[in-house]
Amino acid sequence: MIDDEAKRHQIEVPQWTEEQLMRRRQRNKAIAWVLAGLVTLFFVVTIVKLGGNVANRPF
Amino acid sequence: MSDTALHQDYLREHASPEGGLGSAGDFFELLKPRVMSLVIFTALVGIVVAPGSIHPVIGFTALLCIAVGAGASGALNMWYDADIDARMTRTASRPIPTGRVTPREALVFGSTLSVFAVMTMGVLVNWFAAGLLAFTIFFYAVIYTMWLKRLTTQNIVIGGAAGAFPPMIGWAAVTGGVSLESLSLFLIIFMWTPPHFWALALKRSGDYESVGVPMLPVISGEVETRRQIVIYTALLLPITLLPVALGFAGWLYLVVTATLGLGFAGLVAILARTPAGPAQDKAAMRVFFYSIAYLFLIFGALFVERVFALYAPVNLGLVGL
Repeated sequence: MIDDEAKRHQIEVPQWTEEQLMRRRQRNKAIAWVLAGLVTLFFVVTIVKLGGNVANRPF
Repeated sequence: MSDTALHQDYLREHASPEGGLGSAGDFFELLKPRVMSLVIFTALVGIVVAPGSIHPVIGFTALLCIAVGAGASGALNMWYDADIDARMTRTASRPIPTGRVTPREALVFGSTLSVFAVMTMGVLVNWFAAGLLAFTIFFYAVIYTMWLKRLTTQNIVIGGAAGAFPPMIGWAAVTGGVSLESLSLFLIIFMWTPPHFWALALKRSGDYESVGVPMLPVISGEVETRRQIVIYTALLLPITLLPVALGFAGWLYLVVTATLGLGFAGLVAILARTPAGPAQDKAAMRVFFYSIAYLFLIFGALFVERVFALYAPVNLGLVGL
């Protein structure tokens, strides 16, 4: 009974190959770099658009 | 269906090892980096010669958006054309035909980058330039790739417009609009595309024929293609002088363009008189490679004039007309 229950819950998970995992890590790193670049770009452009006003604020 | 079975189905669908083989380099290849380099350069010239000023960071952002947008449309082109790419020698080693990237991955990649490029251009540069960029992506991916490419011999004439938009987008990034000047830059690339591409098509006509793409040499023959190359080159040469007539290009540009134009006309004349065969292939490839250098150099002359302050206006006596 217990064995049957265990079998019923056993699922067959398709396995990624070592090469696929390696390439996925590589792609993830590339995406991380792109996102970091995008964040930096938006930050820098915001500062550029604010111009001198960024320093001209009440303290 | 039990929960377990449902979960198993979900895992099969979502954790399937199908796909996931592409490296970052394969995805970069989907962006057609060589085409992108010409796009980036012509867009940069559009930014540099446009009247007014743009902060270098905003200018860089505009250029990045144009490059990514152009690359995205390249990825969408590769997604749609994967069936014919697989059967042509020139394109058989692209990421989708070789199975390194699945068509679905390419579609998602291209669509995501298109949206990102247009939205970023709109938010950080201006919405007019973003609209032009969106139209360019649509024109290349839908009008050219999905509609005209497999329908008419004029595919690359009309489709060539997509490649001609980048300097206009660059100009619009600075000015927020279009003008006769930016239109003249568009016209130069528009008229340059047919002789450039048909020269390649002469050499590769067998490839296009085997996959049923109605390129001009396949449908109308090599003699007619050579004649059309002559006609478009004859139209192109005076059009390259428009920037001088409109007063935003000077002596350096005039001399470079006239000299290189004569060289282009000479090579096209040789091609026009060469009968079909290996000699024609050789002459066609000479026109093809020369045309790439030609476009780089005439836009380069415009760039150098502006960046190094070498612009000296050519007095054509048109003032007051």
